[in-house]
Amino acid sequence: MLFLSQLINALQLGSIYALVALGYSMVYSIIKLLNFAHGDIIMVGGYIALFTLTSGLHPVFAIVFAIIGCIALSMLIERLAYRPLRQAPRISILITAIGISLLLQNLAQYFFSASGRSFPSHLILPPGAVSLGALSISYITIVTITVSVISMVGLTFLVQKTKLGRAMRAVSEDMEAASLMGVNNNHVISFTFAVGAALAGIGAILFATRYPLVTPTMGVLLGLKAFIAAVLGGIGSIPGAVLGGFAVAFAEVLVTAIGLSSWADGVVFFILILVLLFKPTGFMGKNLMEKV
Amino acid sequence: MLKVTNMNTYYGNIYAVKDVSFDVSKGDIISLIGANGAGKSTILKTISGLLHSKTGSITFLDQDISKVAPHQVVKSGLAHVPEGRRVFLSMSVQENLEMGSYTQPKKLMAARIEDVYDKFPRLKERYKQVAGTLSGGEQQMLAMGRAMMSHPALLMLDEPSMGLAPLLVEQIFNIIKELNDAGTTILLVEQNARMALSIANKGYVLETGKIITSGPGKELLENEIVKKAYLGG
Repeated sequence: MLFLSQLINALQLGSIYALVALGYSMVYSIIKLLNFAHGDIIMVGGYIALFTLTSGLHPVFAIVFAIIGCIALSMLIERLAYRPLRQAPRISILITAIGISLLLQNLAQYFFSASGRSFPSHLILPPGAVSLGALSISYITIVTITVSVISMVGLTFLVQKTKLGRAMRAVSEDMEAASLMGVNNNHVISFTFAVGAALAGIGAILFATRYPLVTPTMGVLLGLKAFIAAVLGGIGSIPGAVLGGFAVAFAEVLVTAIGLSSWADGVVFFILILVLLFKPTGFMGKNLMEKV
Repeated sequence: MLKVTNMNTYYGNIYAVKDVSFDVSKGDIISLIGANGAGKSTILKTISGLLHSKTGSITFLDQDISKVAPHQVVKSGLAHVPEGRRVFLSMSVQENLEMGSYTQPKKLMAARIEDVYDKFPRLKERYKQVAGTLSGGEQQMLAMGRAMMSHPALLMLDEPSMGLAPLLVEQIFNIIKELNDAGTTILLVEQNARMALSIANKGYVLETGKIITSGPGKELLENEIVKKAYLGG
């Protein structure tokens, strides 16, 4: 029973990692950028939800505003910081992403103070659990897993079956050829950031409801672990990001369950090192051949 | 139909196209020939908006397209089959064709895909197959079929014969002629000068970014300079 409840725990955590990892993976596959500001977008989403809730508006607004806010911020960052550097060496844009990440954290500290604020998660979802015999599964766990599964199915449909999704795949494979087909690359890239950010916004709500503390650095570790999940699964691959998210969560929960909780984060980074040493393309990564 | 005036294009730091002017009339097959690095591909890329000329103008169907982005140029009826085919390798044959009709009304797509399959039965046999697993000849057919999906008034082909066996080259050139007979104007860039000139109304010979001579295709085939440099004596 303990095993089962830990398994469910891992599924919940894995769902959140997967949602965030998808954002890294999609942006990477389209412009080959590791968007290190992605985790901090989640933090901003957390604050937006927090302030909406404490202002007394209906919780639905908190969810909607958090998602819209993440989308708007992410598109703005792409437009102002990344797009001008698209022709520049890749390291420039990577460093810019790290800069944006630090900027967002410091702005949040400046405006909202460095200490965390508790997130009124009971407004999003009343505490409680469903009992199945001796096993009890909290509402938030059920909602997290369900919402994540729906998001991932929706995303897969978008990418595989729609015209826009096809354009995204075309741009990620060959930007020049895509533009010769009539695809406006800038629009598709903006849209990709928007989709990744929408998933981050959903992730922000789910994460803050599960771990109800919003801090300026809450996105750092979450972002890093999701990034590791994306690398482990094979960066650029949607099923890979999902698989990686669950794998990282299982490792973390397992280590905690056997009583080594202080090692939980360390194990995740150890996984990253192993992946980079032995299978840098991850579970489902494509063979990354340099174009000649 | 297409009028290029004083094109001067840099490819990175290389001055690749030097003061090139030519025009293409409706119904023509125009061939640009020249050695590797003569600037042929750069000319096509400049026309389709992937690169931009420093000077002059490019008018297509009475519109100046010299400052227009590539995704807009294709909407105006000009399709470009780039060098090396550049099909989407991870997508199926059918999806590649669907990408070709990106700017077109959805209701026309199914019928046009059938037209392409009529022209290239090989593609129909392999419609579900991922483009990366096709042979070079099949990829060339796919690249051409994909460009036909937008029903272009002018089709620009960059080295369609590259890397293909002689029999396939013949087949591809026959299809180019067929397309032209059906009303598509063709602008062809080739290193295979003999083939390119034999079907051309007019040819232009490029050397290090400049047009050095031009004339009807048949005449250029007899031209001493051309014979010596591009037709193996």
